Amino acid sequence: MKVLTAVVFLPLVAAVVLLVAPRTGDRFAHVVWMATSAVELLLVVVLWIGYRPGPSGFDHEVHHRWIPTVDAGYHVGVDGFSLPLVALTTVLFLSCAIYSARETRRVRSYAALFLFLETVCLGVFVALDLVLFFVFFDLSIVGMYFVIAGWGHRDAARAALKFFLYTFLGSLVLLLGFIGLYLASTPHTFDVVALTGQEPLAGKGAVGALVLAALALGLAIKTPVVPFHTWLPPAHTEAPAAGSAILAGILLKMGTYGFVRIVMPTLPGTWRDYAPVFVVLGVVSVVYGALVALAQRDFKRMIAYTSVNHMGYVVLGVGAAGVIASTDEQARDLAVTGAVTQMVSHGLITAALFLLAGVLHERGSTYRMADYRGLAARAPRFAVLTATASFASLGLPGFSGFIAEFQVFTGALGGVPVATGVALLGILITAALFLRAVQGLLLGPFAAPGGRFPDLTTPELAATAPLVVLSAVIGVFPRFLLDVVEPAARALNTVLGG
Amino acid sequence: MDPLALLPEILLAGAAVVGLLLGSHLPRRRQWLVAVLALVACVAGTGATAVVWFRADMAVFGGSYVVDVATNATRVTVLVAVVLVLGLAVGPLRGARREAEFVVLVLLSALGAVLLAGADDLLLLAASYLLASIPLYALAGFAKDAPGTEAALKFYLMGALPGVVVPAGVAVLLGVGGTTGYAGLSGGLDAAPRAAVAVGGVAVLAGLLFKAGAVPAHFWVPDVTEGARPVVAALVTTVPKIGAVVAVHRFITTPMASSPVDWGMLVAVIAAVTMTLGNLAAFFQDNVRRLLAYSTISQVGYLLVGVAAGRGDLALPGVLLYLLGYAVTNLGAFAVVCALPAAALRTDYRGLVRRRPWLAVSLVVLLLGLVGTPPTAVFAGKLLVFTAALDAGLGWLVVLAAVNTVASVFYYLRWIGPAVRGDATTRFTTDRWAEVTAYVTAGASVLLGVLTGPVLALVGP
Repeated sequence: MKVLTAVVFLPLVAAVVLLVAPRTGDRFAHVVWMATSAVELLLVVVLWIGYRPGPSGFDHEVHHRWIPTVDAGYHVGVDGFSLPLVALTTVLFLSCAIYSARETRRVRSYAALFLFLETVCLGVFVALDLVLFFVFFDLSIVGMYFVIAGWGHRDAARAALKFFLYTFLGSLVLLLGFIGLYLASTPHTFDVVALTGQEPLAGKGAVGALVLAALALGLAIKTPVVPFHTWLPPAHTEAPAAGSAILAGILLKMGTYGFVRIVMPTLPGTWRDYAPVFVVLGVVSVVYGALVALAQRDFKRMIAYTSVNHMGYVVLGVGAAGVIASTDEQARDLAVTGAVTQMVSHGLITAALFLLAGVLHERGSTYRMADYRGLAARAPRFAVLTATASFASLGLPGFSGFIAEFQVFTGALGGVPVATGVALLGILITAALFLRAVQGLLLGPFAAPGGRFPDLTTPELAATAPLVVLSAVIGVFPRFLLDVVEPAARALNTVLGG
Repeated sequence: MDPLALLPEILLAGAAVVGLLLGSHLPRRRQWLVAVLALVACVAGTGATAVVWFRADMAVFGGSYVVDVATNATRVTVLVAVVLVLGLAVGPLRGARREAEFVVLVLLSALGAVLLAGADDLLLLAASYLLASIPLYALAGFAKDAPGTEAALKFYLMGALPGVVVPAGVAVLLGVGGTTGYAGLSGGLDAAPRAAVAVGGVAVLAGLLFKAGAVPAHFWVPDVTEGARPVVAALVTTVPKIGAVVAVHRFITTPMASSPVDWGMLVAVIAAVTMTLGNLAAFFQDNVRRLLAYSTISQVGYLLVGVAAGRGDLALPGVLLYLLGYAVTNLGAFAVVCALPAAALRTDYRGLVRRRPWLAVSLVVLLLGLVGTPPTAVFAGKLLVFTAALDAGLGWLVVLAAVNTVASVFYYLRWIGPAVRGDATTRFTTDRWAEVTAYVTAGASVLLGVLTGPVLALVGP
């Protein structure tokens, strides 16, 4: 099946067409962007409906030789981990395309850049070869750098540079880990599926730990896990709204996706040995992210730090899955399923919040929460969406966040009760900070910089509302998602079982 | 002996001689014919290399020269580089005085680089060192202006020392090994005194490192790159390095392989120092040519990482692939510099994306290519070189190379930043031929990366 390749590279083709086409208006560029993103979403819906994983666990698998000397191939496919993230990617990119209707600065390049990023993001999630994964992983950094540097706010150049250097360091460390896996395998291969069967570093002690450390550091920077998160707040503060939505919604997932796709299946034994480390890192991210978010006075920075908090639950989930004894398979499945669900959920909700933050900035040229009050009176649609997204983000039942976090906690509780207990604190703090933000921004007498605050325009509404609605749909009818994720989680846990 | 075996070298030498004669008889407006002759020689040389590519390795000239995959890959890489340099030279040299001489000197230096790579005898190595050096001294001062003259003088003076040291090293190795042929030396140094082998080997290496622009023989690189014409800078930072790096690999893996000195470790240390110093010096350069000069030094460091991996399965293929990628990408970066003759500082590139979007895109692709961003050719080279070095137990060196790679992003982005931002206030006058060369190299850099598989199969184990 070549569908997957088409899905991945269609946006790139559209980007090239946009750039090569003779001088066209901004309007045309934007229409092409939206149309391509819509077609992508449609294709992925078709993929989802027809999703029937084969005996390998993957659907639409394609495997071509690429660099046979080192056994690196063009190997792509989707399974229960990647399909939801692929779908999330197309949803968010369409949202960003719609949201950017008001963008006036160099629209053609902006559209081309986002289309390029869409290809890259999809590529990361479907790649089943380490070199291919790395190609897309690294290019995502390049693409996002140009989004931030080219269309960001005042201090964008510096933030973009920091983002590039920090995450590029992560990706190179990751590459060293990949090379370590390659050298440990016999016959040498970069193929993830082949490596999964091999357990190349089983019983190799220190080398295994070193490779795990390299892989984990590379992915932890991208996720980001405390204490490797310091690139995130400035990048978000300076990025344009759509860039932030993609950065938080998709790029961060690449880190945690790497854990379930590459690290856990290829290094199951080492992962079990060192899983407590990840549990601790996860809990620290949860609590630290929540506490720092609580201290923020800037709406966008606050959301950025809640991302650290939310991604912490994912790390807690995958870490717990390594700790839980192999007897309790159900708990382990729950933890992994919860972690993957949390990735999707966080992607939807945070993207919505970042786009709404963009609305705030567009109206008042600042993210300072103290400058806005009583927006509900003038901008009811904005108020409803912001409040709903905030509630979804703090884990209110009925939204996807609840489903995800509930599974993570239920799964983890038996294996790591103390850590789970501490992580629960994170939920409390997040609830407090979101309630405070909602109260401050939306309620009370009206005040906004410039004295005006027009309500959401149609494109803004069309970009943000579906994300919140989707989160609610997953919250109420989660089976369509869980039915896809659970088999993959079970397959992973069979490998991890040991 | 098969005459085809040496055809590429013969073509280069023949084109140089014929070009010189033609040049002295042609009127100035017809001098371009010499460049066409050189182009034909390069294309024919590439074809001749392709014909002999799959033949078994063979030693020619009484065993003093070897035609194997490394020599063949060097030939192709050097010839491609020469073609690109000729493309860059069209703008500044068309109809200029001494156009023919320029082309002839380029051909001779290319011949020297190829011979360096294929030399299987210390005497031939010493001779090729001179052949690869002397035309470049002349080219460095080709513009006859003050910076060029200074560059040529520095280049010559710093080259003169290794020019003396190399023959001395050859003499020492001949003394302890009884022969200058690599084949004889590879077994003949086992029982030789360690100190003598070390002194002789280091002396020979000094010359090769000078050609490669590696620490501690790198001081000429920034001055020549900034002082000479951009097209000459492109040449001297690319072509001699190709031959020298392959020569270092051949030298430490063939005659020195069984000698009582750990040459791999020595090269590893040189690689570490070279890439680190090159990077540190590049950090705050505002002059783009100086920046590129230091970047080429650090690139040699990464290349030597692969050389240090010695005889590993992926070491030589990785180095050869990296060299091809480096040659194309580095020449491409210089092509952008040549295309904008008025822009000397990185800030002069402000707003380039508005005026010349494709040139800006090419610059981004090429500089990120030098960083080693996938899917460019240098990425593939780095991947293989790192893998080979890790396999050879040089983990510390690979980690250092990775850290250096991250650090290098900083100064490349300092150049990319202004080019992709800012308003279109400046007007850019471009050199059309160099601009086209930049596009071609940017495309080739990506294409080579995507086609790593087949290319690697050609040079692979």
